[in-house]
This record gives sequence, structure tokens and C-alpha cells, in this order.
Amino acid sequence: MMAQALEKPDALALRLDGAGLPEGGAWITEARKAALTRLEAMGLPGRRDEYWRFTRPDSLNAADPAPAAMLPQDDEAPVFHAIDRLKIVFVDGVFDPAQSDPLDMAGIEIERLADAARTDIHWARDVYGVLEARGQTPVARPFGALNTAYASDGVMIRVTGKAARPVSLIYRHENATSDAVLHHVVKLEAGADLTLLEDGPAAARFNNVLEVEVADGAAFHHVRAQGRDHERQAVTHIFTRLGTESVFKSFTLTVNGRLTRNECVIEMLGDDAVAHVAGAAMGDGDFHHDDTVFVTHDAQRCESRQVFKKVLRNGAVGVFQGKILVKPDAQKTDGYQKSQSLLLDEDSTFLAKPELEIYADDVVCSHGSTSGAIDETALFYLRSRGMPEHIATDLLVLAFLADTIEEIEDEAIADDITGRLDAWLKRRRG
Amino acid sequence: MLKINNLHVKLEEEDKQILKGVDLEVPAGAVHAIMGPNGSGKSTLSYVLSGKDGYVVTEGSATLEGQDLLDLEPDERAAAGLFLAFQYPVEIPGVGNMTFLRTALNSQRKARGEEELSATDFLKMIREKAKALKIDAEMLKRPVNVGFSGGEKKRNEILQMAMLEPRMCILDETDSGLDVDAMKLVSEGVNALRDKGRAFLVITHYQRLLDHIKPDVVHIMADGRIVKSGGPELALEVEHNGYAGILAEMA
Ligand SMILES: Nc1ncnc2c1ncn2[C@@H]1O[C@H](COP(=O)(O)OP(=O)(O)O)[C@@H](O)[C@H]1O
Ligand SMILES: [Mg+2]
Repeated sequence: MMAQALEKPDALALRLDGAGLPEGGAWITEARKAALTRLEAMGLPGRRDEYWRFTRPDSLNAADPAPAAMLPQDDEAPVFHAIDRLKIVFVDGVFDPAQSDPLDMAGIEIERLADAARTDIHWARDVYGVLEARGQTPVARPFGALNTAYASDGVMIRVTGKAARPVSLIYRHENATSDAVLHHVVKLEAGADLTLLEDGPAAARFNNVLEVEVADGAAFHHVRAQGRDHERQAVTHIFTRLGTESVFKSFTLTVNGRLTRNECVIEMLGDDAVAHVAGAAMGDGDFHHDDTVFVTHDAQRCESRQVFKKVLRNGAVGVFQGKILVKPDAQKTDGYQKSQSLLLDEDSTFLAKPELEIYADDVVCSHGSTSGAIDETALFYLRSRGMPEHIATDLLVLAFLADTIEEIEDEAIADDITGRLDAWLKRRRG
Repeated sequence: MLKINNLHVKLEEEDKQILKGVDLEVPAGAVHAIMGPNGSGKSTLSYVLSGKDGYVVTEGSATLEGQDLLDLEPDERAAAGLFLAFQYPVEIPGVGNMTFLRTALNSQRKARGEEELSATDFLKMIREKAKALKIDAEMLKRPVNVGFSGGEKKRNEILQMAMLEPRMCILDETDSGLDVDAMKLVSEGVNALRDKGRAFLVITHYQRLLDHIKPDVVHIMADGRIVKSGGPELALEVEHNGYAGILAEMA
């Protein structure tokens, strides 16, 4: 016990390396200080941390990121290129106004965190670090607190109506040793509607937090494509809180990346809300991908779905930790969780820890976790119709991932994502 | 068209001989039927010809218009013109029937150095052929064979055959599980494809199918061999007397 208690603050001191909190106005300074206090109390994840049993946090704990080469992205059109969207570009974690569109759109307010942070009072104070702090129990998420304390860039988005087009956050990576920290806040007022897109590798090491407040009757759609740089590392958190009859849908595509840990913490606080979180990951070789999800049902008749699929080969590792917690009054909860992996060879690994914790009696909750190889019978059937092995295999891989992509409501965005998968498979074939 | 010579096949996993010297020749334009008791090796023969894993050819040969089949990958055999209508068509969730057929057709064309079929031409072709088999648009959109009834699966096999236009068609118990109407549809589908450049090998238990698809030659298979061959009357004999009489005669 003693040894561990001593070890943790040391690791944190090394990680922070004497860095002071960023300068800012009253509201954000308060939020940052509170986050630092939380972080000091919990420390960085250690070897014995149950929540980090399948993913070693060492490279995220290190003071400096391991360098990551930039992948030239000239082999395919930019992600979401055909989607009419408002583009906001960050280069190695710093907002780039020259590459970004003007931050204005009807029904929505967008402000850079660095600007919001200069004020003493800001609407974002009700969300910034607030949802992250709520997400720290019952399980600590140190990189979330670290992010709240040290982030100096990101966007604060307030949506009052139906946004005319998606907001698209584009994360460019141009410096092989960059260590980016971005923190975004999205506040959807009652009945508001927004689609948020994110894409790109962002940095050699990327710590991203997205806090989303979804008020009654509001709808938030989120589609993310994490960059293809092979050596990049990322730890991301989504913290969201849902009001009555609100909708939250998030999909993430991950291909490549040495280490990715995507945490999603969902609190269903209003009755009849819907939350879907889905992910498709494909890894070949030095790839470790971790989806960690925590859904709390604290209202009646809410529906939550988790759908995660991973295609792994050449030693790639996939992790899924998913929990559904149903509070005593959350009657008529419909909770669903599915995590599956397709292992294309025997060197790859899938580690899953699905959990249900249910205190209400009138609920329907299910979870299923499977891991398997390509179905030989199906493969032979396709080949007997004339498809060469690689084409038949790719078709089965896409079929395996299909129900994650079905979670994307917008057809054009879903097609873009399918195209990425297709292109990735084709490149693998060389 | 198809020439099988002294074919011996055993299982890969265990030392069990399934085919023990099959000799068979189906010329272009002909329809041959194979009948035989359960477990005699009929499906095994169709699988070995189409290249399924799990079997080892220990002796003999099989050629399609002079080309050695046994050396080819399953998809190369298909491109060479071989088609197997499966006894148990496989369900493939997540792959739409249309995508499946279009990918298959264009893969074959590519392998033969032909141009790929455009989306419009493909649609036109599939609509026409599906209609003849009473396969509706909804069934074409569904994932391959998922949720299809037994009869729908078999009709879907014939649709694939009609689309891929193979030279050598093997039908493995395509009649099993079909009611009278479905049997008629399937038979009409097959008969529409009869052509002097194309040959059929129809595996069945029952005379019934052979009333609709008239064979030129009927073979009886037992214990991994063709034990008797004859005209269509041989199927009638099986229908009336079962296999026992024929097998006793052979012994
Ligand atoms: N993959 C396999 N594993 C084990 N036994 C098999 C396999 N394939 C075929 N057999 C055996 O080979 C024999 C012939 O089977 P099959 O070809 O299906 O016969 P038929 O189609 O004439 O009914 C049977 O005894 C069957 O059990
Ligand atoms: Mg059989």
C-alpha cells in the first residue's frame, strides 16, 4: 500500500515536469485548479490499476511522447471531403485560423477555448471540467483530469437551434514529436441539433476531451475518423450527460495507430433518452486499440447501445471494456452491448471485459462478446462464385463491420466511412 | 466437357477414404444425373471438383475441357466455367445479394480478361433473370441467403448460375426441400440454360426432379464409386425398387 501511494505522485510529478497551469480568466483558472487537485488525488494509472489491465499506460504516462512519423495523406481524398461542413483546423493541437472557416453559423456559437479562457465569466463554466469531474466516479480517468487542467486550445460550441451543417474538427499532424491536448465543449440547448465530425491524427501523442451537454429533446451526432499515422498515440474521452428525450450517437473509425484508448462516459439523466456509441477498428501489426465505455442509466425508459467491432491481424491487439450501470429508479431501461473481434490470424489478440451492474428490476440488458476467425464456409462459398481469396476476405471483413457503420445516420457520412475501410483494405493488399 | 478419371479422395483430418475410383465423363450439351444412397460420396465429389478444403486427392484426375481442375483455386475453377449449386447454400450476413453477385461476376470477367459489367448493365441483367425465377427486388437487397426459406435459397442458387453463365453446372440435391411449384421454377431455370455448349451434372435422390430436367445418362453411385450407368430408365428403376436391387446385382 505504502509503496503504491508513494509511487503514484512521483509518476505524476515526472509527467507534469514542473509545468504550471496555463494562464486564464477566473472561470477557467478555477476549473483547471480543481482538475489538478483531482488529478493529484487519483495519480496516473499504475501497473496494478484494474482499469488499465489490458492497456499499458506507460507511454501515456511518460513526460515526453515517443516520436511519430507523419503519414503523407496524398493517397486518398481527405476524410469527409464531400460533406458540406464548417471546417476548424488544428495543427499539432493548435488552432489554425488560416486553414479554418470563419467560426459562424446560424443557430450556433463557436468560440476558441483560448479566447473563452481570457474572459472571467463564460457559459462554458457549467460544462467545462464539470462533466469530466462527474465521470471520475466510480472509476478514475486521470488523463481526463490532466486534460481539463492543461488544455489551452479547443472549441466551445453552444447550439440553440438546428445547425445548418456539421462542424468538422480537423486534426493535422506536422511535427513528429508533438504532444497535443485539446478540450472541446458542446452545449446543446433544448431541442437543438448538431453533427460534429472529427478526423486526423492530431499529433504524435494526442489527449482529447469532448464534453457534451445534451438538453431535453436535443440531438447530437458524432462521427470520428482517427488518423492513419502508424506511430501516433491517443487517449480520448467523451463525457456526456443526456436530458429527457434527447439523442446522442457517436461512431468512431480507427485504422492504424500504435496506441489508442477511447473512453466514452455516458450519463442518462432524463427519461426516454437514447445513446448509441459504436466503433469500427482495423489494425495490422503494431496496433493497440482500447474502447472503454461506461453508461449510467439514471432515468426511466432510456435506451443505450454499444456496438464495437475490431478486425485484427499480425499481432494487433484489441481491447473492450464496457459497462452498463442501471440505478435503482431507472426502470424500463433497455441496455445493449456488443463487442466482437475478427482475428485474421493467430498472432492477434482480443481482450474484453463486458459488465452489467443492475439495481432496477424492470429492465432489459444484454451483452455479448465474441472473437473469431473468418468463416471458412462463407469464404469457400464466395470463392466458388469466382472471387479470389483476398476479395472474398475483404467482403467478409466489411460485412463484419457493417452493423457499426449502420449506427451512422447520415448516409453520405456513412458512405465516406465505408470508403475509408475499403481503401484501407485495398492498400493492405498492396 | 468434364472428365473424371479414377478419382480417389480421402479426408484431410482423418484417414478415411470417401471416393474410391470415380470415372465419369460428361460431354458438352449433355445432362447427366447421379443418384445414390446417402453417404455414398455425391456431395464430396461436387466439393472436390469445386475445390473445397479438407479433402485430399490420392489418385486420379479431373479436367474441364482439358484443363486440370484439381490444380486450380476455387475461384479459378469458377472463372474456368465450373459452377456448383450447393446442397446447403451458405448464409452471409452483412453482404447484400446484389453486391455479392456483382463482385462474383466481375471477378470472373476480370480473371478471363474481359471487361467488367457496368452497374446499369448488371442491374438490367439481374432484374430480367430474377423475374423468371420469381425473385423480387426485396430478396435481391437482403444479405445473401439470410432469412431465406429453403426454396428461396435454391432459387437463389439458380439465379447465380443464370448470372454467371458457367459451362459446367453441378447441382447438388437442388430439389431437396422444394415444393412442387418451386421445383417447377427451378427446373425451368435450369432448362432455360440448356445449351449445346453447356453440360449439367444433377445430383439427386429422386426421380421427381428428373421428370422436369430430362437426363441423357443416369449414374448410380455407391460407396465412393459409380457402380452403374444407363439411360433415364435407370432412374425409374431406382424409384420403383430402391437401390437395394441394383446394389445386390453389382455385388
Ligand atoms: N468433412 C467431412 N468430415 C467427415 N466426414 C465426411 C466429410 N465429408 C464427407 N464425409 C463422409 O463421407 C461420406 C460421403 O458423404 P457425402 O459426400 O456427403 O455423401 P452424399 O452426398 O452422397 O450423401 C459420408 O460417410 C460422410 O460422413
Ligand atoms: Mg449430399
